[in-house]
This record gives sequence, structure tokens and C-alpha cells, in this order.
Amino acid sequence: MKKMVALAVCAAMCFAGTMSVSAAETVKIGVFEPASGDNGAGGKQETLGIQYANSVAPTVEIGGTEYNVELVVVDNESSAEKAPTAASQLVSEGVSVVLGTYGSGAAIAAAPTFEQAGVPAIGVTCTNPQVTEGNDHYFRICFLDPFQGTVLANFAADNFEAKKAYVLTKLGDDYSAGLGFYFSEAFQGLGGEVIQDTFPEGNADFTSYITTAINEGADVIFAPTSTEAAQLIIDTAASQGAEMPLLAGDTWDSNVILSAAEGKNIQVYVTTFYQEGGNEEFDSGIKEWINADSTNLANNGGNDTVAAVTAMGYDAYFTALEALKNAGSTDPAAVTEALPSTTCTGVTGAIAFDDVNGDAIRDTAYVKVANTETAQWDFVAEQGVN
Amino acid sequence: MDFISKNLPYLLAGISVGGQYALIAIGYTMVYGILRLINFAHGDIFTVAALVLVYSSTIMPLYLSIPLTLVATVVLGLVVERVAYKPLRNAPRMSVMISAIGVSYLLQNLALYITGGLAQTYPAIPIISNTIKIGPATTKIVTVVTPVLTIVLVFALMQLINHTKIGMAMRSVANDFETSRLMGIKVDNIISMTFVIGSFLAAVGSLLYFTNYASVVPTSGAMPGLKAFVAAVFGGIGSIPGAVIGAFIIGICENIIKGLGWTTFSDAFTFALLIVILIVKPTGLFGEKATDKV
Amino acid sequence: MGKKKNIIISALLLLALLAVIMILEQRLPATHIALTVLKKGCIYSLVAVSMNLLNGFTGLFSLGQAGFMLIGAYAYAVLTIPVDARASVYQYFHGGVIQFSVPVFAGLLASGILAAAFAWLIGLPVLRLKSDYLAIATLGFAEIIRAFFQWDVLGPITNGSNMLRKYPSFTSVTFPFLVCGVCIAVMVLVIHSSYGRAFKAIRDDEIAAEAMGINLAKHKRMAFCISSFFAGVGGGLLAMYQSSIQSQTFKSAMTYEILLIVVIGGLGSVTGSCIASFLFIACSEWWLRFLDVETKIGDFKVPFLRAGFRKVVFSVIIMAIVLFARKGIMGSREFSVDGICKFFKKRFGRKKEVKL
Repeated sequence: MKKMVALAVCAAMCFAGTMSVSAAETVKIGVFEPASGDNGAGGKQETLGIQYANSVAPTVEIGGTEYNVELVVVDNESSAEKAPTAASQLVSEGVSVVLGTYGSGAAIAAAPTFEQAGVPAIGVTCTNPQVTEGNDHYFRICFLDPFQGTVLANFAADNFEAKKAYVLTKLGDDYSAGLGFYFSEAFQGLGGEVIQDTFPEGNADFTSYITTAINEGADVIFAPTSTEAAQLIIDTAASQGAEMPLLAGDTWDSNVILSAAEGKNIQVYVTTFYQEGGNEEFDSGIKEWINADSTNLANNGGNDTVAAVTAMGYDAYFTALEALKNAGSTDPAAVTEALPSTTCTGVTGAIAFDDVNGDAIRDTAYVKVANTETAQWDFVAEQGVN
Repeated sequence: MDFISKNLPYLLAGISVGGQYALIAIGYTMVYGILRLINFAHGDIFTVAALVLVYSSTIMPLYLSIPLTLVATVVLGLVVERVAYKPLRNAPRMSVMISAIGVSYLLQNLALYITGGLAQTYPAIPIISNTIKIGPATTKIVTVVTPVLTIVLVFALMQLINHTKIGMAMRSVANDFETSRLMGIKVDNIISMTFVIGSFLAAVGSLLYFTNYASVVPTSGAMPGLKAFVAAVFGGIGSIPGAVIGAFIIGICENIIKGLGWTTFSDAFTFALLIVILIVKPTGLFGEKATDKV
Repeated sequence: MGKKKNIIISALLLLALLAVIMILEQRLPATHIALTVLKKGCIYSLVAVSMNLLNGFTGLFSLGQAGFMLIGAYAYAVLTIPVDARASVYQYFHGGVIQFSVPVFAGLLASGILAAAFAWLIGLPVLRLKSDYLAIATLGFAEIIRAFFQWDVLGPITNGSNMLRKYPSFTSVTFPFLVCGVCIAVMVLVIHSSYGRAFKAIRDDEIAAEAMGINLAKHKRMAFCISSFFAGVGGGLLAMYQSSIQSQTFKSAMTYEILLIVVIGGLGSVTGSCIASFLFIACSEWWLRFLDVETKIGDFKVPFLRAGFRKVVFSVIIMAIVLFARKGIMGSREFSVDGICKFFKKRFGRKKEVKL
């Protein structure tokens, strides 16, 4: 009897799973973001930007017809292993275009699925070059790691007269390894010395790493990691009395970092896509929207500081809408056709794609420093490659 | 002097981590000693203890939430034993171990659901979260408190086991299930008692561990849990002093390896140590009686 | 029914299954989630059966499956990446040291052989251990293997901790089904051979088996190597399925998942492992996903539904099976036409009695 019940339950689930609500005049946009795992925090902030954009512009006119935009959100669990099924879930739901993801590893793993299905994807903050390389269906609106790494290396050499950098990356993380590699390359090109170290997944004890950095006399620590590790690194650096500045890439631009650095004697510098205050209307709008809903507030890390990835998510959504308008159809193939020539003026700047890999044409990054008293980001410089 | 100032931080970190592993390892070694079960869920109980404190500290002051955490963890340990292990007491050992893996899977997913996949910041506990300077090294006070507290707790536990009636019952159950029952010992109660002690120490361990590394994710407990288990095997499973010494050795070695720049192998080393000890001296450092391990 | 008849019917059923899959593939769009689940499900079946061979049929409690899959996946990927794509894959290692590539089947074979070779080496010390000590030692070895594959120094071969990609992969469902089907068939043949009987004898009573003249060390090593060979092939197929791999994927959590599949299917049942694999993958990646989405029925907001709830429900179901249906779906029986007839006869018979 138990087995029969089990069978019935399974059958019911089967039914519920395949059931999908279909309404006329709806265009679906897939949101392919991590909601759990290492990149969960960042993925949620990025999703918030997309959802906010959806609340601002819930409809779009495609080919003369008004369409409701429906967001289909799946969790790729920050994992390259779960990414293909999550991606094909989106494809099965019949999305016209996909936004995401935060964290390059999952994007690289899902790219072939989107390519096979002919569904275009717009990378929001996946900065590793391999995401779009040789893939006609993956576009992205953010800058790339070779650019970001060079910017940071220049910044370290110019502002801190750094001769020696301690580069700490996470094993098996494409984003981390890639950015660390490009930074090291650029920094050595500037005549600096690099000490490289890696930490395994699930590592919580960074004492030894910070001690090594201090012992080696590093002038800066460069740690392009997920925010989870970042909290621990900042905490340990402060308690070990490390005096050199900590540098990191776009992932660290998060209020998780701000709250970790608050009240501690530590300098944290990041490069990022957006500086709060860059667009008053967007800032006040999204703050109000975030504060209005407790779930959103929790997903944003408990306060209303706008992360750059949120702004990027917002821009990605509008880029997708532009592409849909240009395509004049909800057919993924038409959207893919339309994307290379799509342009959009977003809150993080003008967005256009190059014709090599479909990467964004961006030549500046913002450098920010964490203010440990106010727990806000202070603007430092706009830095390009020179 | 230069040598000391450079290497003291590694040593301090090693001793501190070792103390925390020790507190977890005792839970493993006691449960294994009695039930012959590798309690894979023990590391997750450790995580849950941390999460209870994170959430309870937002609604009540720390002097209430810390005792609450200890109690809640003990209750969780008891519930897990009653629900997942007790029904399988006569089943093959593999079933119980699979059940333990299932519990671990469930606790992790539950933690994932409740935290929403976001890392939770552990509240700073006054005094022990502050930093101090020991000679040339700077560190948190908890680093120094941990080994002392560990040794005090282990001493108390040894007194309990060697000099009380319940301790005697525990030793007896570990030796022979059936005969103990014949002697009128309520075996189930004794087993529950070991889970109470194990969970309590895991909760204390989690307080110390997360004060040091103040970020909790659902899988936080997995690695410390496995390493603590290795420590228990290393020291001779069933032997409490063995587990403690094993934990300190593993904690210190791990940090020395990281200090040497072999970071890729810091976790692998622990397992290599496990395999070597299993093959060379399966009874561990302090294990005496020959069991059916080989 | 006679034995011969049984085999014929089973073969026909398998053919019918293959036909159904081929039709499904024709009818559904190529990236439909059902097809993705089928692909992953059949790869997991292969790995689950290989684990069952060890845990269920030989009674060796090993938790090293993820490690062997890792070796298989890497062996396949490293050997089959086309030469001209190597420069971009091994971008941090100047194109790597291996400057040739082999065909797909040679790659899969190599992944099995390499995994088996490692198993042989690891087995030398480890197989002397028993039950949970064997489990924890193999788990440890899997972690050590993972660390080695992430090691920078081996980077020119393994690409360090970075992704391997651009190797040939499959798009059809038929390919993994055929490969897994052949592999599972081979394992079934092994189980039914005299070696298989020796394995079962070891599982049931080691001392008795030894007394009967079974060479324990030899047979254990053999079971370990065979199981690892197929885990390696499974790893290679998984690499193909994912189209990019990384050592990080093959964590102990993966071994636990496979172990749970084996237990749900029933220790010592090949068909059980297969059925459980498909159910497990379909539930965890597809059918239960609706639990992750906040849903409103009218104005009523269904409680609890939000990201992560799927996994909670899923793990509760697994716990229930582990505790209350300890033998799993199939126990140690196999799925067969005979069995089904008996099952229904029993049920039908009982109902008749009630009516009377």
C-alpha cells in the first residue's frame, strides 16, 4: 500500500511539475541566478535589481503589441554541476532571453545549453572572458577580468606604491582564479612582485594566510573572492592587525563587506560598475522598493545600500527589453539577431556590445573604499587602463 | 626572536583550531565508542548551534541566548538520536550510517532554507571577541581561551566518566551492550546521555569556533566535523584524551602546512594522516583494545 | 516462465524503452528539461549501479565514488580536448603539455581504465580495513585525489583548479543510454558470473567465504576495480553531459547523493538503483522545483514556498525512506515481468479474499 501511495504522490508531483500557466500576450525573461551556495548573497542582490526593473517597467511593446513581462527565476546554486539543468528548466519554460549570472563558473557551464537551445543570454556580472568566448548566444554588459585586473594592478602601483602583492584566490573558482591571474600578470608587468596563495572551499581559518602576507612584507593584499570568504578575510585581517590595504574586484562591492569592515581598523578598496549616487532617481526608487518588503530587505543583506550588481541587474533587464523591441518578436532567435546592435543607456553607463564576442564596451571602472565609520562606500577614483 | 614572531601566529591559530576540533571530536568518539556509529550529522549539529545563536541573539540579549543555544543544541542532539538512530538499533551498521548521512543532508538543507543561502554574521561575544597582543602576535582573546576551556571541560568530563555512577554505566555499555542490560543499566538512557554530552560540547565548540571565524553558512560544520572525526580516529576512537590530543595535533599541523605555502593540501593532509594511522596503527595513538577494525 | 523466455522478455522491454526514448527525443525540443533529466539520470544509474556492486553485492562500504568519477571525468576531458582548442582552455598554462587528442570512445575507455588503476593502487592499503573504517578511508582518498587535481604544479595537465571545456560532448539522449546500458549489462553479467557469486559470499560472511576457498583480497580488489572502472566511465559521461568540468564538482556530497540513490533503490538491486536514479534526479532537479517558487492561489499565499523549500521536502522524503522503507524501492529483488505478475497476483488474490 505504501508503494501505491508513493506512486500516487510521484504522479501528482509529475503533473504539478509539468503544469505551466500560459496566458496570452506574455513574454518570459529567464533569471538565471544563484540563490544559494557561495554566490547566493550576490546573486540575490542581482536578482533584486532585475525584479525592481520589472516593477518599474512591467510591460513592453513588441512589434506593436503590448506584452506583460514575466520573470522566470531559477536557482543555479552557484554550481557548475547544477547549472545545466537549471538552464534547461528555463529553456523548457519558453523564455525569450535569459539574464545572468553572477559568478562566471555557472555561466560557463550553462552557456552550451543556451547555445543549443538558441536562447540568448545576457551576462550581468560574470567577468571571466571564457563566458562569451566563441559563443554567439552569450552577451554581457559588464567589463572583463583582464580589464579589471589591470585596473586594480595600476591602482595598487599608483596609489600605494606597492612593490609586493599578496594574491589570495579560491581553488576551483573561475572568477577568483581568472581575476587573480590577470592582476598578477599586470602587476608583474609594472615591475611588482607577486606572492600567490589559494584556499580550498569551505575554509574558514584565514589566520595563516594573513600571517604569511604580513611575514612576506606584502604592500597590498588582493583577494578576489566571494563575499562569504571576504567576511572572514576582513575579520581575520583586522584581528591580526594587518595594516596593508585589501583590494578586491566587483564581488566585494556589497553591504556584506561594509558590515564586516564596520568599526575595524582596515582599508578595503574595490573596483566596481556603479557608484551609489550616480543616478538619484534610481537610487531613491530602489531604496523605497527594497524597504517596502521585508524579504527584499533580507535579500539585500538587511539594509538598503545599493550594490553595483543590483544596478547591473536593473540595466540588464532594460537591455533585454530593448533587444525585444528591436527584434519585434518574442522568438529567441530574433532576439539573438537583434542583440549585437542593441544599445541601452543604463544607470551604470551606456551599454553596447562589441562584435567579437558580444562583450560590453566599457573602459572605466569605479574604485571605492569602505568607510569603516559610516559603513558606506566612499568614492575614490574613476580608473581606466593606461 | 624574528623566527618566533613570524611563526607564533601559526602556532596560536593551530592551538585554537585544535581546541575547537577537540570539542567536536569528543562527541564523535563517545558516540562511536558506544554505538559504533560515525555520526555524520555531528558537524551539522555544530552548524545549527551557531545558527540558533545568530537568530536568538537578534531577539534577546546574549546572556539569555547563549544558554538557550546550549539547551537547544542538546535537545536537537537528543531528537536526532531518538528519531533517526534509535529505530535502527538492531539494523546493520551501514543503515545507521546512511541514516546519519540523511540527517546531515536534512539539517544542511533546512539551514539553507532558513538562512536563504546567505552567510550569517555571528554576533560578537563581549570580551572573547576582542583582540589582544601576545608578544609579537595580535589575535582574538578567544584563541587563548579555547585551549584552556577545552582542557577544563575535558577534565570535568573525565571526572564524570571515571568517578560517577553514570560514567561507569557508560563505560560498561561501551564494553558490552547485552551484559550491561543484564546488569540493569538502562542502555537507551545511557546512549541518550552520550548524545547530550556530545551535543553540549559541540555547542560550546561552535561558540568558540564562530567567534573566531564569524560567518555561518549551511555547510560550515562539514569540514570541521570531518576533521574532528579524523582527530578521534587518530587519537584512538573511544578514547577521550586521545581525541583531544589528536585534535590539537591536526589543528597545529594544518596551520603549519598552510604556513609553508602548501595550502592546496591542507585538507588533504588531514585525510592522509587518517589513512596512514589506519594502516599503521588501526587502534590510534591511545586505543588499547583490539577491535574488529581490520 | 522459463529462464530463456524471461531473458527474451527483458530484452524486448529494454528495446521498447529505447524506442520510447528515441520517440521522446524526436517529439520534444532538444533542450527540454525532460531530456536533460533523462541524460543525467542514466549517467547516475551507471554510477549508482557501480556503487551498488561494491556496497550492495560485495558488502564493501566505500565512499570513494566521487573521487573515481573525478579521475574519469578528467581523463576524458584532458584526452579529448581538440588540439586547437587547448590554447584557450589552458590559458593560464600556455596551452598545457598534452598536444594530442583521442576519439570519444577511446577517451571514455581511458577514463575507466585510469580510475580502475587508481582503485587498484588505493585498494592495496585500504581494502584491509573493514566497514566504517573502509568508508572513511575511501572518503579521505577521494578528498586527497581532489586536492591533487587542483594542484597548480600539475596545471599543464589538469589545468589546475580551472575548468576544462571544449571537449566533445553529446546532445542526443540515445548516446548516454546506449553507453550506460552496455556498461550496466556488463556489470549484470559480472554479478551473475562465478565472481559475482564469490562477491555475494564475501558480503554474507567473510569467514565462511574464505573457508570455501575464495581469495578474499583478490576478489575484494577485483570488485573495487570493476566498480571504479564504471564510476570512471560514469565520470567521463558526466563530463560530457556538463560540457565543462571542474574538480570542485566532485565533493563528498556527490558520493552521499549516489549512496542515497543506492539505498533508495535497494542495496543489491541493479534495477532498483536505476529506477531510483531517475526518480532522484527528476525530483531534485525538476518535479519539486515548483516548491521553490512563491505561489498564490487566489489571494491565499501558500506558506513555506520559497527558494530552498524543495530541498527540505526532498530530504524529508529521503529520511522517511531511510527510516520506514529501509529496504528501498526494490529491496534486493530485481524488476522483472515475473515479479510484476506475482505482485499483481498477490494483490488480486488478497482482494478476492476480502470480497468473500
